[in-house]
Amino acid sequence: MASVMLPLSVGIPLLSAVLILLIGKAWRNAGALFAPITTLITLVFAIDLLGADAGTYWMGGWPPPFGIVLVLDSVSKVLLLVVNMVAFLASVYAVSYMQKYTAQNKFYALFILMLAGMNGVVLTGDLFNLYVFLEIASIASYALVGFGVEHEELEAGFKYLVLGTIASTMLLVGIAIVYNLTGSVNMADVARFVSGMPPNKALLFALAMFLFGFGLKAGLVPFHAWLPDAHPSAPAPVSAMLSGVLIKAIGVYPLIRITYSVFGAPNIILNLILWLGVISAVVGVFLALGQYDIKRLMAYHSVSQMGYVAIGIGLGTPLGIAAALFHMFNHALFKSLLFLSAGSLESATGTRDLRQMGGLKKKMPITSLATATGSLSIAGVPPFNGFFSKLLIIIAAIMAKQYVAAGVAAFVSLLTLASFTKVMKYSLLGKLNEKYERLKESPVLMAIVLTILSVLCLGVGLFYNYFMDSIFNPAANDLLNQAKYISMVIGG
Amino acid sequence: MKQKDIEQIIHDDHTGMSLIVKTVARMMIAVIILFAFYIILYGHLTPGGGFAGGVILAIAYTLMMLAFSRKMALHKFSDFWASFWDNIGMLAFIILGFLGLNSGYFLYNFIWHGKPFHLVSAGIIPLANIAIGVKVGACLYAIFIGLSIYGRLIIKEEE
Repeated sequence: MASVMLPLSVGIPLLSAVLILLIGKAWRNAGALFAPITTLITLVFAIDLLGADAGTYWMGGWPPPFGIVLVLDSVSKVLLLVVNMVAFLASVYAVSYMQKYTAQNKFYALFILMLAGMNGVVLTGDLFNLYVFLEIASIASYALVGFGVEHEELEAGFKYLVLGTIASTMLLVGIAIVYNLTGSVNMADVARFVSGMPPNKALLFALAMFLFGFGLKAGLVPFHAWLPDAHPSAPAPVSAMLSGVLIKAIGVYPLIRITYSVFGAPNIILNLILWLGVISAVVGVFLALGQYDIKRLMAYHSVSQMGYVAIGIGLGTPLGIAAALFHMFNHALFKSLLFLSAGSLESATGTRDLRQMGGLKKKMPITSLATATGSLSIAGVPPFNGFFSKLLIIIAAIMAKQYVAAGVAAFVSLLTLASFTKVMKYSLLGKLNEKYERLKESPVLMAIVLTILSVLCLGVGLFYNYFMDSIFNPAANDLLNQAKYISMVIGG
Repeated sequence: MKQKDIEQIIHDDHTGMSLIVKTVARMMIAVIILFAFYIILYGHLTPGGGFAGGVILAIAYTLMMLAFSRKMALHKFSDFWASFWDNIGMLAFIILGFLGLNSGYFLYNFIWHGKPFHLVSAGIIPLANIAIGVKVGACLYAIFIGLSIYGRLIIKEEE
């Protein structure tokens, strides 16, 4: 029986979202106060749960497989930490960044609702419950993408809405097939049923549906069309959340969980994931190279970096999965850092076009340093965190005799470096545009958030050994041990 | 809006739909709302429940908006109060969940369950149904108000 913090990680954000809307009718700064406090509470829970024993929480006291069950294991712990850490930093950043927007309370309510949905997806042990929380997070994010209500934002939001709904429908079809075959939607119960039966084409079809649905939410390549529109259009804190954690919490994490813990990782699906990853890594980076819109460029890099994660998952070896989880963690750190610093640059200069920036190094030293840190991390320059996770993925690929994947991963890393050298050259170095003579450094709160994320990027890189041993290797072993998951949920 | 204005909307052929629709709608709206309450309150005994009843509740106000006019519907139930009750419904449900923690589990059915098949039975389920009914009814009506705003703007452009 796990701690009561599990349901509270979902319940407190839900409560806070309603309170922001209710109190916000009378007091317009309610959101700016409540949102950081809520995310701080859930972050404290997430850090506290890192040391907790693995266990389950029965909602309403109903034992599984009859009731809804929340599961805490070493994989959920990682994701819970990532989601709540980025959410806290993004909400603190938003207090300063969102000043120029109207209807701020609606923004904070949607933001917190998205957090509740993601925490729910990460913690739940029930397929249909996963679908419900995934829809909460997705629908909140559709609204947040269109929050600027300009032509471009609404178009991106609508595109995301249509494609996201198709993905959700596919997931529902997959869940329906699984329920029809096994008579249960509890993940561990389904896993127990699946592990004892011969290969079944209907289950593979359901798994393909899941791959379609979660692949679209994760932005893997054949399904990536919405991502480069949606992620740049949102306000910067939301871009950081979408690119930093949403595509992982409702895309990659459920894909890993269902492939490994529920279906026991059939080889054909692992190969599919691996090659989707290889294609995503290459296509994403080539599309990014030609971009001059700073946020759009970063959005394409999200596609490419998710490709790395998919390569690691598709290998199916303990090192590969641990490296993929580590890269997911690192990507959350440096991509949210990059999007937040891009937001600072954008709100200072009023443009997202790299060609109109230049020489901002002198005017905005902290933001520039943060952009440089993020760029070096994502490009995989030692000693930043991106280097170690990419290196581990390449080593894992070589050890699994997937030489093509390893070669592609190394090659893409080079192109990423080229692409981010371009970002730094156009935005930070060079001659300062005359109209930016009076430019000031971003407000204190934004600068503090950028500094914290930069330090984390460097710190995780320097102590990567500690993080791998204490967090990611146990998580990978837990994922590969299907029997342990079943006995923990059904037996405990 | 005064009683005189309401009378005028009801008898004016140019606002809302025709007199036949208006007359039938006037009789039906109260019955529809009553039926919505029945579906919500008997949710734990008969098919239906909070969501279905809430949808019916929203339909009653939507019918009012279609038959009479947007002005009339907003006079009876304004967008501010729709949003307010929307939040109250959700808040009530979450608080029910938190109250369960007192007895050991989130969303635990902590009230005396009563005799099966009686109106007062099943613990927190009827309360949860009422909360969902309020939430869904107000929320769907608020969505319809939102859609009607966009409709008006498009007509203006065409003129």
